[in-house]
Amino acid sequence: MGKRLLREGDVRIPSGCAIAGIIDRSGCRHDGTDILTSIALMHDRGNGLGGGFAAYGIYPEYAELYALHIMYESHEARAETEAYLDRYFMSEKQERIPTDAVASIQSAPDIWRYFVAPHPMRLNMSGLDELEYTMRHVFHINGHIDGAFVASSGKNMGAFKGVGYPEDIGAFYRIQDYEAWAWTAHGRFPTNTPGWWGGAHPFTLLNWSVVHNGEISSYDANRRYVEQFGYDCRLQTDTEVITYLFDFLVRRHGFSQKMAAHIMTASSWDEIDSLGPDEAAFETALRATYSSALVNGPFSVIVGSDEGLLALNDRLKLRALMVAEKGSMTYLASEQAAIEVVCPDAENVRSIEGGVPFVVQLDEVARAKAAASAENRPQKQTFKHEVGVLPKDIKEAYHHA
Amino acid sequence: MLDTRLPRYKVLRDREECIQCDKCIDACANGVHARDKKRGRLVADSLKCVNCQRCVFVCPTRALAITRWPQVDSGSANWTLSYMQDIAKQAQTGGVLLDSMGNPEPYPIYWDHLLLNASQVTNPSIDPLREPMETRVLLGSRPGMLKVNERAHTLVSAMPPQLRLDVPVMFAAMSFGSISLNAQRALALAAERLGTYFNTGEGGMHRSLERYRDCAIVQVASGRFGVDPHYLNAGAAIEVKVGQGAKPGIGGHLPGEKITQEVSRTRMIPEGTDALSPAPHHDVYSIEDLRQLIFSLKEVTRYEKPILVKIAAVHNAAAIASGMARAGADIIVIDGFRGGTGAAPKRIRDNVGIPIELALASVDQRLRDEGIRSTVSIVAGGTMRSSADVVRAIALGADAVYVGSAALIAFGCHQCGDCKSGRCNWGIATQREQLTQRLDPEEAAERLVNVMTAWNHEIKEMMGGMGINAIDSLRGNRLMLRGVGLNEKELDILGVYHAGE
Amino acid sequence: MTTDMGNVQVTLGTEHFREANEKVRAALAEHDVIELRNVFAQRYLGCALPAGKRLEIYGTPGNDMACYLDGGVIEVFGNAQDQIGNTMNGGEVVVHGRCGDAAGYAMRGGRIFVRDDSGWRCGIHMKQFEETCPTLVIGGDAGSFLGEYMAGGIIVLLGHAGDYLATGMHGGVIYLRFPLSDDAVAEGLVQSSVDARDAEIIDELLGVYWAHFQDELDASFSWDASSFYKLTPATASPYAGMYAG
Repeated sequence: MGKRLLREGDVRIPSGCAIAGIIDRSGCRHDGTDILTSIALMHDRGNGLGGGFAAYGIYPEYAELYALHIMYESHEARAETEAYLDRYFMSEKQERIPTDAVASIQSAPDIWRYFVAPHPMRLNMSGLDELEYTMRHVFHINGHIDGAFVASSGKNMGAFKGVGYPEDIGAFYRIQDYEAWAWTAHGRFPTNTPGWWGGAHPFTLLNWSVVHNGEISSYDANRRYVEQFGYDCRLQTDTEVITYLFDFLVRRHGFSQKMAAHIMTASSWDEIDSLGPDEAAFETALRATYSSALVNGPFSVIVGSDEGLLALNDRLKLRALMVAEKGSMTYLASEQAAIEVVCPDAENVRSIEGGVPFVVQLDEVARAKAAASAENRPQKQTFKHEVGVLPKDIKEAYHHA
Repeated sequence: MLDTRLPRYKVLRDREECIQCDKCIDACANGVHARDKKRGRLVADSLKCVNCQRCVFVCPTRALAITRWPQVDSGSANWTLSYMQDIAKQAQTGGVLLDSMGNPEPYPIYWDHLLLNASQVTNPSIDPLREPMETRVLLGSRPGMLKVNERAHTLVSAMPPQLRLDVPVMFAAMSFGSISLNAQRALALAAERLGTYFNTGEGGMHRSLERYRDCAIVQVASGRFGVDPHYLNAGAAIEVKVGQGAKPGIGGHLPGEKITQEVSRTRMIPEGTDALSPAPHHDVYSIEDLRQLIFSLKEVTRYEKPILVKIAAVHNAAAIASGMARAGADIIVIDGFRGGTGAAPKRIRDNVGIPIELALASVDQRLRDEGIRSTVSIVAGGTMRSSADVVRAIALGADAVYVGSAALIAFGCHQCGDCKSGRCNWGIATQREQLTQRLDPEEAAERLVNVMTAWNHEIKEMMGGMGINAIDSLRGNRLMLRGVGLNEKELDILGVYHAGE
Repeated sequence: MTTDMGNVQVTLGTEHFREANEKVRAALAEHDVIELRNVFAQRYLGCALPAGKRLEIYGTPGNDMACYLDGGVIEVFGNAQDQIGNTMNGGEVVVHGRCGDAAGYAMRGGRIFVRDDSGWRCGIHMKQFEETCPTLVIGGDAGSFLGEYMAGGIIVLLGHAGDYLATGMHGGVIYLRFPLSDDAVAEGLVQSSVDARDAEIIDELLGVYWAHFQDELDASFSWDASSFYKLTPATASPYAGMYAG
C-alpha cells in the first residue's frame, strides 16, 4: 500500500492561481452566474486541483448568527463536531448544504451548515469577546477533530470550495442559487496536493475570506509573527497567514483594512527617506513596529469582509490583478478579459499597483467610516514593554489610604 | 629544572631568497628574529614566535614562512601535545592559563550545518542590481501595538528611540586598552561610513572619538570605567555588558602595563594600575536589579537612547533573555562562546558557554512563545565569519549581528591569539606606540568598509535568491534554512527541517 | 510644587519614579534648592544632579539615589535604601540615618556621609582619578565586603567592619577607628597606624561629619585622628603573578 499523500498542513504546498471578485457597493445582491463566468475564463491558470467561492449577504434571514460551513470526511467526525458545537454554541438551524452531482467532482465530503450563536454562559466565562471565542473554537475543530474542517465561519457569508476546476465546483454547490452583494472566486494550481477539500480556497476566518495568487517568500517570518498571538497556522498556506495578518491588524489592533494592507506592503525606505520628518516618523514607526507583518514575494490578493473588498499586490507587483467599474459594480480579476467577459462596457479598467491597497466598501460602510474617528482602537492592550507608571488602581489605593 | 615548554611554531627562512635586509627584525616585537653577528646571518628563536605572520608579509622577497613545530606527541588521542604543554606551562609558572581570541576547540559550528534556500519557479528570485533590496534594520523596543491617526498620518502613541543600521552588522565592543586607539578610530570611521555602530567597550570614550557620537554605542560594565553622565550621553545608545561569550561569568582584567596615559585618562583611573572589572555588576544580583540599572541609564539619558543588554550565551539564555525584555532592555545581545576576547582564562574560554546558533534559536523561540519577540530587538555575536553566517543568524531570529574578530581580521589580525601580551605586531591589540602607529586608521577603516560593503552585497544576493527584498522578511524566516548532518534534537532546537524535507 | 517659607517643595507621595523625576527635574530647572516631601521609594532621585543644585529629601528615597551624581548636593533626612551614589562622579550626599547595600559603588568622586550604619558591599570598586578622590564616611558599623575591589579613594569607618573587608583592594585607603585583628586583614593588604598626613585628612572629614550631624549625635561624640588605623594595598597589581600567558 502506498503512503498517504501529505495534505496541506502536513507539508507546505506552493501554488499558483486565478482570482476574481465582484461587488455591488449599493448592497444589491446578485446570483453567482457572473463570478462563475469570470473565473471559468481563467481555466488555464488552475489545474483542477482546487476551486472555490466566497459570497457575502447570502443568509439575510440569519444575519446575526455565525454561519458555519463544515466539511466531514466521516460520520464520526460529524458526530464529534456536532457534540462539540452543542457544548459551545446554540444552534438555530443545521442542514446539509445542497449540491448537484457533477461528473468531474469526485470524493466530495459530506458538507453541512450551521447557524449558531455562542453559548452565552460559556462565552461569558471564557473572558473572550464573541469573535475571539468563535475563532478559538473554529481552530479547535480544525486542529483536533480528525476528518472535520470548518470552511467558513462568518455572519451572513459562506465559502463554497473543493477539489476541481472552479466552474465545476460552482456547479456542484449550485452557486447560481445564492444571491450576494460580493463574490470572490479562486482557481488553484498547486504543485501537488492529495485532493483534500479543506485545502482549497478561499481561506476564511470569521467574516474574512481571502483568495490569493502567488507564493510569498516571507511566509515563515509572517507565520512565526502571528503565532505569537494565538493564530494557528495549521494549513501552512500563504492564504492562511495573510488572512491572520489582516485579522490581527484590523480586529485586534483596530487599524482600517487599508492601513493593514499598507503595513503588509510597507513603503520602501527610499520613499520614506524622501518624506517630510513627521510623515517619515509615522511610516518608520509602522515599519519598525510591524516589520514582521511585511509580506514579501509575489502575491495578489482579494480580501472579502463585511465591509467590502480589498485588493492588494506585492510591493514589486510580481502578479497581475486588474480592476474595473460600472455604476455601483466593481470587478477584480487576475486577467482583464475575465472582467470584460461579464461586463463588456466596464469603465476605468486598470491594474492594481504594487503595494497600493485598493479598497471598495459598501456605500453604507464608507459613510460610517468617514464619520468615525481616524485613530485605531485596539481590541485590548498587549504586553507593554515599559511600564512608566504604577497601575492606576494601585495608585488610587495608596492615595486614599 | 629543565623548562619543558616547546615552541608552537617554527620559523622557516629561505636562505636563497633572504637579502639580509633586517626588516623581519624590526617587524617582530616578540624578538623572534635577530642578527647573529658571529655567523653574519639572520637567526630566529622559534620559541618566541606566536604566528602573527607580520614578518611573513613584510619580507620583501617572501623568504619567510611559519610552520607548526614538528614535534610529534605520544600518539595518544587523550594526552595530546597541547594538554601536556599546558601542564608544562603551569608546572613552570603556577599560573592560571591566559589566552586570547575565540574558543579554538573543535566544537560543532552549526553555521556549517545550515544551508540556505533559493527560489525556483514557484516564486521568482530578485536581482539586487536591478530591483530594490532593503538591508536597513532598526533596533530598539517597540510597543506591542501602535496607536496612530490614520487620516492625519500621525503617531498617537510615542515610539521608543531606535538605532538605524544601513547594514545589518555592527562592530562589537572592544575597549580602548584592549585594542589601540587607532584600531578603535578605524572602527568608528568605518561605522560612520557604513551607517552602523561601533562599541566603545568598557574603557570609556577617548575624547578624540566623541565626534563619532552618532555611530557610537557606549558600554557600561561592572568596572564602570570611564562612566559619567557625559560619557553616557556621548553615544547613540548604551550597552550594559553583563557577560561576554569568551568568558561567561567572570570579570575583566586589564594589566597595569596597558594603562598608558591616554588609556588612563579615558578610563579615568590612574596610569599603571590594574583595571579590574568585577565578575558581576555589584548593583545587579537579580533580574529586578537589572531593571533598576536599565532605568537608571534611561533616566540619565532622558529616555532618548535605547539600552542594549549583552549576555554570554549560557545554558538558560532563553529564560534570561525573556527576563531582560521584561526588565526594560530595548535590545538583547547574545554573545556565543566562540566570541573573541583580548584576554581570558583559557579554561573558561574553552569550556564555558554554548554556541550562538543554539542560544539564538532558543532565545528567539522563547520570546515568541511568550508573545513578546516583536517588542524587543535581538543582536547575535560570537562569531560571524562571513555574510552567509549573517544571513543564517537573521533567519534564525536575530535583527542584526555584532562582528569583532572579523573586523580585526580586516585590519590585519591573523588570529595568533596573543593579544594578552600587548605586543600585537599589527598595531591592533597593543598600546605600544611603535606598534600602534603601524595601523593607519584611514587605511584600516577603508579595508573594513570594503569587507562590509561586500558582505552587504552578498546578503542582498542571498536574499534576492530567496525572493525576499527586505531584511524584515528574512528575520526569523527559518524555512529558508535546512540542516545537514544534524540530529533530531539539534534540528528541533534550531527550529529547522533537515535538508531534503 | 509649593513654596513654603522660601523653600520650594515638591511632594512625591507614591508617584512612580518616572513621573517623580520629571517633576523634580522641572522644579530644578527653575530653582537651585528643592525640598522633596513625603518621599516613598522613588528611584534615581538626583540622578546626575549637577553642581549648584541641592535636593533636601524627607521620607525614604528609593534605590540608586544620587546615581551618576555630578557635583550636586543631596541631603536625606531619614534613611536611604540601596545603591546610593552609584557611579557618582562628584558632589555630596548626606544621610541623616543609615544606608543600604552597595553605597558608593564604582564611585569616582564626591563625598558620601552616612550618620549611622551602612549595608553590605559599600564602596565596592571606588576609584580615583587625577584630582577626584571619592570619599565615603560611615558613622556606624559597615556590612561585609566594605571596599571590595577598591581601586582608589577614601573610606572612613567609625564603627566596626563586617567580614571580608576590602578583599581585592588595589588602590586608595580605608581609615578605621578600631583596628582589625591580624587574621582579619585580607591577603595583599597592610594595616598600619596613621601618619600626620592621614590624621589631617581624617580630621577634615570628621569635621564635616560633625558639622552635618552635631545636633543628632551623642553628646559624647569625639575622635582622636592620630589613634586611627589605615588599610592600604601592598600592590596596585594584586593579581600580577596569577596568570600564565
